[in-house]
Amino acid sequence: MFGMDVAHSCASGMNGLRAAGDLVARLQMAKGMRITQAKRYVADRLGVTPLDLSDNTAMHELRGELRLGRVFETESSYYADPSPLEAKWHIAELLELPINSVERFRAGLSCAGPAAPATAKDRP
Amino acid sequence: MERQVLARMGDGSLVATTRDQIRADLEEGTQAAAARGMMAPLAADELDHLLDIYASSARFTGVDIGAEVVLSKDGSGTPQLGSRIDALYACEQVLAHDTVELFHIDYSYKAVKTIVPFEQQFMKEAQERLTVPVHYGAQPDLGRYSAPDGPCGNWSELLPALKIDEARAAQEEAVALAVDDMVYVAESLWEAGADGLNFDTAGAAGDADFLATLRAVETLRARHPEMGIMVGMAAEMVLGTHGRLEYRGTRLAGLKPAGQLAVVAQAGATVFGPAVNTVTTRSVAWNSARALTFVKPCMAAATIPIHMNVGMGVGGMPMHAFAPVDAVSRASRACVDILRLDGL
Repeated sequence: MFGMDVAHSCASGMNGLRAAGDLVARLQMAKGMRITQAKRYVADRLGVTPLDLSDNTAMHELRGELRLGRVFETESSYYADPSPLEAKWHIAELLELPINSVERFRAGLSCAGPAAPATAKDRP
Repeated sequence: MERQVLARMGDGSLVATTRDQIRADLEEGTQAAAARGMMAPLAADELDHLLDIYASSARFTGVDIGAEVVLSKDGSGTPQLGSRIDALYACEQVLAHDTVELFHIDYSYKAVKTIVPFEQQFMKEAQERLTVPVHYGAQPDLGRYSAPDGPCGNWSELLPALKIDEARAAQEEAVALAVDDMVYVAESLWEAGADGLNFDTAGAAGDADFLATLRAVETLRARHPEMGIMVGMAAEMVLGTHGRLEYRGTRLAGLKPAGQLAVVAQAGATVFGPAVNTVTTRSVAWNSARALTFVKPCMAAATIPIHMNVGMGVGGMPMHAFAPVDAVSRASRACVDILRLDGL
């Protein structure tokens, strides 16, 4: 795992939750978007440039502000950050992209009243 | 006397060589693919760039800042990281994976079918603990449907006995069973919240194995328009263990990566993973040039993302379970720099 996963991540990866690799990956897997298109889409939604998407210093702060979930370490305490499902809910809104687990979670909230809108643009 | 350079062989061993020898390996590697695949070799400037990567004395290398790509990780986790869910969580939080993949150690859709409710439970828990996409993956693994493991005749025994028709009939019977199993497992994991499904090492048992995968993908796409579906291949050439099977008019036997991509996209997958196997007796430079040559025709034709397989024993990587970081980083960079891949 050290040789394969860590080396690939450091050599060419977008670094997932440390930056914005998970967001670009969602567009690729769900919509079949090529890398340039997917990076541009995510960058536009975040109001940054595609270059910023792999920059963990830029993305760490932005993910915190937008409540998209982020990594934490010993020196940090993000107890008020969103839970994973909450973070994915925000990601689905940001990208206007249904996320399977979020859709199923929302469907199970029937006792909490009407379902929340699926995307930001569905909001009244 | 020319300065010595340390380099890797396809089995992972470290050897002393020279820049001129690496250049020769690169040229031989691309010519080997061009001859076997009847395709164009890499261009001179591409070989020059590969030479700079593989003749470097640096322990580690990487793509340019801003040129990073998505890493879709099959089979995420390792026992040292705790439970399967703990391992996925560590992959997200500590190892910075762009995606993770829940998997069972018996990496076969047929095997997983018998335990699918438990895999669903793991998927549900994974979705509650992770923010990055969590896929589920396994292999089509058509060989499991042949005797003595499965109900169909064993084409690996029938073919040497020249029982060609029986061998073909056995594979066709197995295809139908495999499609049912793959669709059943995929829909079950989708129901549990998976972000996508991975059909890994498609075509490992030949053209019938690949056909089963394509039919499963086609069925899933028709039923679940939102489902993310990745198809990763087993090899650079689809073996014709049946020989006559077609998908929408395309003969599957003998398909190379660009042809594989075309039928995978037609079936409805959203990500395609070409695979080119490593020759362990040649250098990783030779293997990298060969692999890139095979995959290059995909890039211009692709309408879906290309995530080249660059794991153990594929994509110019050594066939070694504990890959050296110098070889991994070189292969990683070479693939992205030369092919402008969408991911690995």
